[in-house]
Amino acid sequence: MNSFELVRPADAGAAVAAAASATADLQGVDVRFIAGGTTLVDLMKLGVERPTRLVDVNRLPLAAIEPTPDGGLRIGATARNSDLANHPTVLRDYPVLSQAILAGASAQLRNMATTAGNLLQRTRCMYFRDTAMRCNKRVPGSGCDAIEGANRSLAILGTSPSCIATNPSDMCVALAALEATVHVRGPNGERDVPFADFHLLPGDTPHRETVVTAGDLVTFVTLPPPRKGSKQHYLKLRDRASYEFALASAAVVIELDGETIGRARVALGGVGTKPWRAPEAESVLVGQKADGALFRKAAEAALKNAKPQSQNGFKIELAKRCIVHTLATATGVAV
Amino acid sequence: MSEGSGVSRRVFLSTAVTGSVAAAIVGPLAATGRAAEAVAPPPAGGTPRVPGAVPLTLKVNGEEHRLEVDPRTTLLDCLREELHLTGTKKGCDHGQCGACTVHVDGRRVNACLSFAILHEGSEVTTIEGIATGDALHPMQEAFVACDGYQCGYCTSGQIMSAVALLKEPCGPADADVKELMSGNICRCGAYPNIVTAIQRVRGGRAKGGAA
Repeated sequence: MNSFELVRPADAGAAVAAAASATADLQGVDVRFIAGGTTLVDLMKLGVERPTRLVDVNRLPLAAIEPTPDGGLRIGATARNSDLANHPTVLRDYPVLSQAILAGASAQLRNMATTAGNLLQRTRCMYFRDTAMRCNKRVPGSGCDAIEGANRSLAILGTSPSCIATNPSDMCVALAALEATVHVRGPNGERDVPFADFHLLPGDTPHRETVVTAGDLVTFVTLPPPRKGSKQHYLKLRDRASYEFALASAAVVIELDGETIGRARVALGGVGTKPWRAPEAESVLVGQKADGALFRKAAEAALKNAKPQSQNGFKIELAKRCIVHTLATATGVAV
Repeated sequence: MSEGSGVSRRVFLSTAVTGSVAAAIVGPLAATGRAAEAVAPPPAGGTPRVPGAVPLTLKVNGEEHRLEVDPRTTLLDCLREELHLTGTKKGCDHGQCGACTVHVDGRRVNACLSFAILHEGSEVTTIEGIATGDALHPMQEAFVACDGYQCGYCTSGQIMSAVALLKEPCGPADADVKELMSGNICRCGAYPNIVTAIQRVRGGRAKGGAA
């Protein structure tokens, strides 16, 4: 592991200043904020991340989970995933978020991992993690060995000729369905980023994964007020029963008026290059009678533009069935 | 526990880990280049014995240790190499196996994925710190009684996870325990007996288990 200096800023402003020298177009590859470290320390050991400066944000007052004036929830950047998943308000009003977080990683990792760290979690693509391989995300312009390689676990939505890496987060799938907002403090002030705009498609710049640039510190995430009577569910499908990344997952937040769907939010994990909101599925659902045929139609719409690689074509049908099952569980409609 | 195993801590553990450990032991890592000038100046009285090393006060099992560590030292390597608390094991070193599980401020974490210098002021508990004198922790006794291991390499991590689980939200069923123990891999496959041991301590039903 390369040497680094550790900086302990006194406040968020000092943290931003300490990180502002980062190389912007590489998302601060030479300067990193560190909180739980569950992704960063792992990647530093592999030589994938090689920061020369770490800015410790663990002691900043960013861990609170508290109500917002409008009745929503404000989740601090360094709130630990386990605290968020087991928070009474989350369990009551945003159960899909609790389910998604608890479906990810292990109890130990959830005790360490934070909200912002999860937002910025890097792909598990083995070509990204192995410095002997070509990877446009790790070394821009070097090529992608995954596209003609072992790509079974990789993405089928949002891919580009440069990158097919999957976003690994479960938490982010729920945040997409809940229409969260990410709050960022940077060298030029503060800004609010709608969740759908936070992560970027790879295009021909897969090394740019989010809108975060040099010195930007994610400070908290807000959730809109819970919608009365909304039904929520998260389902994760994977190669083993626990402690594994998704092959496909779905988060659903849906409202029923009798048998008719009033409002629906559908997001997918394990299949996209970013946490994947599926507005095509939502359009199919709204105003229709909730039944198995409709759910299947919504699933077909969500995967219409899927582009399989040599080994992951199975994910298309898997994701469709995941959506159908999640909708059925959330609504209580038998399929 | 009502049913003692009769195994004393002295028999169970190597005596090498007891007693006070010399302060300011310097690790074997040789740092190159710049490091950590931002954290603190070198300790009073001279330059650190490892280039770039920084002072660290670490509280482990109730005892404070004043150390100098390379900033790259993980909590796991610090415990094993600096403090010689070798009960905590290095398995994968990437947060995938759970062999390195310790408690930081009462919560279980993977010591391999955390830099020691981030734990200034934290209370760290390792497998060496959960017994009371010669009396094993009830979870240690249960692992012995239920044969919750074969080779034993993952056992300290399993027990540290299991002790933490007692204070976490966990349903009553074996399946709930298995889910919350999934971050601890046992290559020997002692899982059924591990679940039995944990359920015994929780006072829940313990089905299956030792043959």
